[in-house]
Amino acid sequence: MADPMKVRASVVGDSTEVKVLMSHEMETGQRKDAQGKVIPAWFIQNVTATYNGKTVLSAQWGPAVAKNPFLAFKFKGGAKGEKVQITWTDNRGDKRTDEATIA
Amino acid sequence: MMQNRRRLAACMGGVALAAFVSLAVGQGSTVDEIAKYRAALQDGNPAELWEARGEDLWKKPRGPKQVAFARCDLGLGAGVVKGAYARMPRYFADAGRVMDLEARLLYCMTTQQGISDADAHKNLFGNGSERKSDMEALVAYVTSESRGTKMDVSLDDPRVKEMYALGEKMFYFRGGPHDFACATCHGEDAKRIRLQDLPNLTSKEGAQKAYTTWPAYRVSQGELRTFQWRLYDCFRQQRFPELVYGSDASIALTTFLARNANGAAYDAPAIKR
Amino acid sequence: MRIRTLLILITVTAVAAGCASQSSDPQTSAKAAQMMKASFKERGQAKLDRLDQDETQRLCSLYAGNALPKDVATRIEAANLSSIKYPSDGKLVGDWKAGEKIAQEGRGKQFSDDPTGPVGANCYACHQLAPQEVSYGTIGPSLYLFGKTRGYTDETRKYAWGKVFNPEAYAACSNMPRFGHNGILTEAQIRDVVALLMDPASPVNH
Repeated sequence: MADPMKVRASVVGDSTEVKVLMSHEMETGQRKDAQGKVIPAWFIQNVTATYNGKTVLSAQWGPAVAKNPFLAFKFKGGAKGEKVQITWTDNRGDKRTDEATIA
Repeated sequence: MMQNRRRLAACMGGVALAAFVSLAVGQGSTVDEIAKYRAALQDGNPAELWEARGEDLWKKPRGPKQVAFARCDLGLGAGVVKGAYARMPRYFADAGRVMDLEARLLYCMTTQQGISDADAHKNLFGNGSERKSDMEALVAYVTSESRGTKMDVSLDDPRVKEMYALGEKMFYFRGGPHDFACATCHGEDAKRIRLQDLPNLTSKEGAQKAYTTWPAYRVSQGELRTFQWRLYDCFRQQRFPELVYGSDASIALTTFLARNANGAAYDAPAIKR
Repeated sequence: MRIRTLLILITVTAVAAGCASQSSDPQTSAKAAQMMKASFKERGQAKLDRLDQDETQRLCSLYAGNALPKDVATRIEAANLSSIKYPSDGKLVGDWKAGEKIAQEGRGKQFSDDPTGPVGANCYACHQLAPQEVSYGTIGPSLYLFGKTRGYTDETRKYAWGKVFNPEAYAACSNMPRFGHNGILTEAQIRDVVALLMDPASPVNH
């Protein structure tokens, strides 16, 4: 199973700033191992962020994103004590959801 | 001729990468651009993923004896993590040996948690999701608890003092087919290997800056590496045989470098290229 | 008198600030060498005998961080000078293009390297050579225009050969590896590296 994400969210003015670290190999499918065999592609394809059940960010990623990706974004609204949820799904169908309380 | 050269260099850069153009402009700006790249990496250091996993490992009962690290004394009392790394290596009477953090963790695993020596030495260097290293995660957590603490390695104990003296000798020890010593690359200010800046570890400032920024998340490897790894891989490039993890020589050299960093605020896990 | 005292003070300060001098204590050195033997293990081509120092390595380690006594320096240089082997056919200059490849190649002699794989000199790690290569190190001096500034003479070619073969012959305790003396490069490879430095057509000289 995938390792937990590290999610931080804080109120900045009238917005909420969210910073997420994800633990993922993000294998491009272009690399070869020591035996010369292609290492199969393995990467996060979809990322969504929800707040109060509403999607505030939806992203489609590809193999160009680095290993252990860092994502930072802002959305309008949000208040201290409320929760933000982040979900990613990768091309193997593996999935992980973590949440953070807005500070 | 000078102009030709510049044009040629700029062409090469244009083909390869936009960043390459700025490399061709001059060495001053090369260093500036690398500094910008490093600054951009600071926000969102994946080392935090290792710290979180390490904290979990530290608090969980482990091994055949199901004992947590709460019983492990890093020098400031059983289970005390805060500020412990900034005072290591140090002498541990129970083990009868000067130890760095990695050696101490191995000791706690084998003596308290009942983990076999062979198992404790498995996966000391992680490799992606197929080989996760508990050691690297634990070290990330423990060191993060010294962030902001002033380095304070004491040589009051004669055994630590001797390790420092031996570590100094090792630093200047030339060997192997290339005659390399640590000092070959790390004995002077403002030197580079290819485009990589080399810290001068014989100066107070250089030792402080280098030592306080290990362990580090290596972007090029996508892994968090500890100081034991740093020494191991330096010796590999020195064309020496393999440095044994947690060996006396590795601890002696660590003592020399850690002590030379005294007075500086510890600031790791960091992030490096 | 006052002036002299002042001068002495300045000299002392300069020495203190200039280098972190290690103690040149042979007993501690011997103990460190012993400890290292027990703390390394052989792996691949890197056997434990790589920790056995020759006289040059031993002396350079002992005096590192301090001023090298003049007589010791002379002794090291003389011993290493006598070890330089020049090619039997007298041909000092090979193919600069092959030399450039050797100068770029960083592999060789590490325990992680394939012992049957390439062995390079990795000159660019420490030196500027051809100006097209912007990724060069600064541990050694720039060698750009090496042949052009020194002149394409037999004497310079011979010096270049000797310097690559065994730099300790010219500068005791140099940071540069003894590529020929220690068997890192073959005679043919040294010839190509000399060409990179000394061929008027080499990009190093343009």
